[in-house]
Amino acid sequence: MFKALMSQVRTIWTILQHSFTRAETVQYPEQKPYLAPRYRGRIVLTKDPDGEERCVACNLCAVACPVDCIALQQGVKEDGRWYPEFFRINFSRCIMCGMCEEACPTNAIQLTPDFEMCEYNRSSMVYEKEHLQIEGTGKYHDYNFYRVAGLAITGKDKGQAENEATPIDVKSLLP
Amino acid sequence: MPTIRIDGVEYEMEAGKNLLESCLSLGLDLPYFCWHPAMGSVGACRQCAVVQYLTDEDEQSGRGRIVMGCMTPVTDGAIFSLDGDRAKGFRESVVESLMLNHPHDCPVCAEGGECHLQDMTVMVGHRDRVYRGQKNTHRNQYLGPLINHEMNRCITCYRCTRYYKDYAGGTDLAALASHDHVYFGRHQEGVLESEFAGNLVEVCPTGVFTDKTLVNDYTRKWDLQSAPSVCTGCAVGCNTVPGERYGRLKRVHNRFNAEVNGYFLCDRGRFGANFVNNDERLESPGLRNQTGSYDPVDHHHALQVMAEACSGARVAGIGSPRASVEANYLLRNLVGEDNFSPGFNDREHKLVNLALELQQASSAVTPDIRSIESADVILILGEDLTNTAPRLALALRQSVRNKAFEMAADLRLESWQDAAVRNLAQDQLSPLFIAATGSTRLADVAEENITLAPQNIARLGAAVAASISGHAGEDLEPEIAGHVEAISTALRAAKRPLIISGTSCGNAEVMQTAADVAEALCQSGQQTMLTLTVPEANSLGQAMLAGPDSPSLGKLAADGNFDVLVILENDLYHRAPEPEVERLLATADTVIVLDGLDNRTTSAASLVLPAASFAETEGTLVSLEGRAQRHYPVFAPKGERRPAWVWLLACSKELGLSTAADLHHFDDITRDCAANIADLAGITGAAPDHHFRNAGVKIPRQPHRYSGRTAMRADISVHEPKQPVDEESPLAFTMEGLNRSQPGSLLPFVWAPGWNSNQSLHRFQSEVGGPLRGGTAGMRLLGPGQAKESGPRENPPAFSPTQGQWQLVPRYRIFGSEELSALSLGVAELCEDGYIEIRADDALGLEVGEGDGLNLNDGLATLEVKINNSIAAGCIGYAAGHSGTANLTPGENISLQKAQGWKRRRPQLIGSDRSTEIGSGND
Ligand code: SF4
Ligand code: SF4
Ligand code: SF4
Ligand code: SF4
Ligand code: FES
Repeated sequence: MFKALMSQVRTIWTILQHSFTRAETVQYPEQKPYLAPRYRGRIVLTKDPDGEERCVACNLCAVACPVDCIALQQGVKEDGRWYPEFFRINFSRCIMCGMCEEACPTNAIQLTPDFEMCEYNRSSMVYEKEHLQIEGTGKYHDYNFYRVAGLAITGKDKGQAENEATPIDVKSLLP
Repeated sequence: MPTIRIDGVEYEMEAGKNLLESCLSLGLDLPYFCWHPAMGSVGACRQCAVVQYLTDEDEQSGRGRIVMGCMTPVTDGAIFSLDGDRAKGFRESVVESLMLNHPHDCPVCAEGGECHLQDMTVMVGHRDRVYRGQKNTHRNQYLGPLINHEMNRCITCYRCTRYYKDYAGGTDLAALASHDHVYFGRHQEGVLESEFAGNLVEVCPTGVFTDKTLVNDYTRKWDLQSAPSVCTGCAVGCNTVPGERYGRLKRVHNRFNAEVNGYFLCDRGRFGANFVNNDERLESPGLRNQTGSYDPVDHHHALQVMAEACSGARVAGIGSPRASVEANYLLRNLVGEDNFSPGFNDREHKLVNLALELQQASSAVTPDIRSIESADVILILGEDLTNTAPRLALALRQSVRNKAFEMAADLRLESWQDAAVRNLAQDQLSPLFIAATGSTRLADVAEENITLAPQNIARLGAAVAASISGHAGEDLEPEIAGHVEAISTALRAAKRPLIISGTSCGNAEVMQTAADVAEALCQSGQQTMLTLTVPEANSLGQAMLAGPDSPSLGKLAADGNFDVLVILENDLYHRAPEPEVERLLATADTVIVLDGLDNRTTSAASLVLPAASFAETEGTLVSLEGRAQRHYPVFAPKGERRPAWVWLLACSKELGLSTAADLHHFDDITRDCAANIADLAGITGAAPDHHFRNAGVKIPRQPHRYSGRTAMRADISVHEPKQPVDEESPLAFTMEGLNRSQPGSLLPFVWAPGWNSNQSLHRFQSEVGGPLRGGTAGMRLLGPGQAKESGPRENPPAFSPTQGQWQLVPRYRIFGSEELSALSLGVAELCEDGYIEIRADDALGLEVGEGDGLNLNDGLATLEVKINNSIAAGCIGYAAGHSGTANLTPGENISLQKAQGWKRRRPQLIGSDRSTEIGSGND
């Protein structure tokens, strides 16, 4: 009985204390809160450090997405790169869970601290590749998938990726 | 039955199997790479390691030895450990070492998501690459427009060369170099020669060999909507799984059917279905206007026009051996039995009906593929099987190995000991005799290759039949006589003789004598098999539906005085000589054509209705062994396209036909057809009807990881429509439902927990390599018949060449002889224009050489010359089914003149050759 009473008193005391701390609530939208770079807001597609499209259309983000709001189609460029012919996110379905970013093997898809995406029209929430693609590298600056991958593309032949030996000459008899 | 103990649990196993397949049959997860259920074991990859203990004490103290599951026979009392740390550790280290050189490619690898290597890596628990050395790399090769090569991904399991060389008889793929330089490719870049190269896509457990059409328009397996389907490439009727995404057919995979195609398809089947995406596909109904072009109209309007034209008029219908039984049946009801032509040209009509009649009347059995593979002596009369019924040719390459298996059995060597059995037999093969009009693609495994004119092939057949039944043959030409003895002796000594012939050489006598040989063997008490090939996916079904007395195209043209001609999925200009087609089309005032692709026949119509392709509709097809098989729509047809049966049913209803009054569903048509056509009574057994539910639910066409549902159509509307409802089958266009234990005819894809690749198939089989759990798909309509009594037949007349005349013999190509597959991406690059094959001495006489033009019969056709010395003397071959050859009839005698003003074609350039040279590093 006494214990319960004390608990009540302690609670009231704690609440009282809060009256003198700095307010967490900000006067949004006049005042903008600080959002860390890893905040999960509007999704973008980034480019690699060389300025090439990072997305290789592997479909992992799409399959990771719990609400299935990502759809894309792979294509192959003249230089041998895989890329998305179209890439669509239906933000009216997206729950900003960040699973796509987790799944992406190339760091292409990233969530950004922008959450202000109100529209009067739901169809305006459907973002195509041109709306998603940004020029920069986003949060991860250095990674370039094709420097690591074994697939040859124009400008990076077999054996020129990181940690790769020069291609084997099948006709050589040397050990 | 031997009992063995695995990790303390006792299991009863089937004797004669190896431990790996037994474990998989039990549902235990044991990783493997090099073993393949159709190719046996070689123990190359060391992945299926287990620990074997000799005694119980050993097991307790953990003193066992590591053995390979795939090389270890199950013997009574054996003790194994799969889960012990040593076995597991060993298997993990095997994957780790395979991964040392593996590229960081999964995101850009067409195998990803259905990669056996990924599955096995996860299964053994390997995660981090500890080794810090450099990775070996390889250059890729250009292997043609169908198959992509990415050699870095190889794990040197040797499955590809074992399949390509040992199983499929290819000669241009090999393991090159040694130790960790081993390379799997050709001696130089170029198109893979084997007609079965496409199976490498499924045989290779990694992404080295992938489907090039798919790579260039890629979709992961988990995103493909698929349905059980049947190949329409030829009459074998292989079971397939086509996959679709965004309304495009992406790829075709094999669907296991123990009795039809086992684990493999031919390349026509695998790569020849892409015509579904062709730009020439008709989009909407079209009504010809004054200027001769077509105005698009909607389906209501089109139906009204069709019904108005047909009502009260004399209507004739031309069906098609490439359309389903149901669509043909509806057309037959619409126009009446007497006015319905099955759509064969005159010769085809006679031959296909004869093929059916001979099989119905023969006491020999029409074998399924397993029986074909068990044959120990084979005689082929007049067929180049690899190009006319390709999958059967692959089966014959296994039959000729029965000699090897016999030798192995004598030494009590298990048949799955692949390397040992091959070593033992070396190049000893069971006898295969081929008599054809020229060399065939099975020549390398044949004991005797005999080249004869069709009439003489028939004479050879007749002589063999006479010799078997002990009648004295008449005096024969020396080129024939020399072979009769060897063939009949071998056949008489055979335990399971197989006789193969068919319609492809265009000669009825040849088929007839093949049946006579089979009958003679049956009479002497031997268990005999007889296979007769027919040209198209539903040729036999058409013969069963319409019968020999129905009008062929020529007969219809001759009788014809019709108001309306309704043509169902049949390009007449492809099938019959042009003058005959013109005559036929001129008999009617109104021509209505239902077809999928634009062609010359649709261009001659006044009303065109766009028909759904095989991948967008259900249908029953009857294969050459008389097996009725159902295919299902993989995706709903776009826009105004409708399945042909829907068009015809709607029109029949519009006309108020009493025959159509009770038909509402597809199943109703099938049932009605079965009830009214005696030969087709069994077709309802081809698959369960649309009421069937699998444990109370439908069967999903989409895997449970199907992605993008809420975004795929969001560019059109954010309001997601309900998935199309399939009221015609137990399958659903969704991911909901149960894909397990259903009848084999309803298997849309294979997947099992931990097994994302096609290797998961064993979870759907009653035992590894055995039939599917839910039963084998299809319904056989032909049983062994009762032979009619007939005395020795007159010997067919011999072939006597006339001076200055040559007899036309059709020659077939896997790519180009079939109409629709030739319109598929990739395959089209490999198809040639029509040509004729002529012996060098004849060419010399005509003063032409390779690449020149020849005029046939003063303008019947002008074709390019190819020199082929294997063609029978007095004959010339022509590329059947190719452009410019529709006017040619097999067996016709024609004269030849050098074509004046013929322009030699430039050397053929293949589009996808463009940048790929050794060293350019592109792929
Ligand atoms: S996971 Fe990354 S690379 Fe793959 S499709 Fe999505 S955004 Fe592109
Ligand atoms: S073969 Fe398999 S493991 Fe290798 S890159 Fe392709 S998907 Fe990945
Ligand atoms: S190419 Fe494929 S099948 Fe051939 S050895 Fe390499 S991994 Fe095995
Ligand atoms: S053998 Fe015939 S049915 Fe089988 S895949 Fe080839 S073309 Fe198709
Ligand atoms: S599967 Fe047994 S060693 Fe390869």
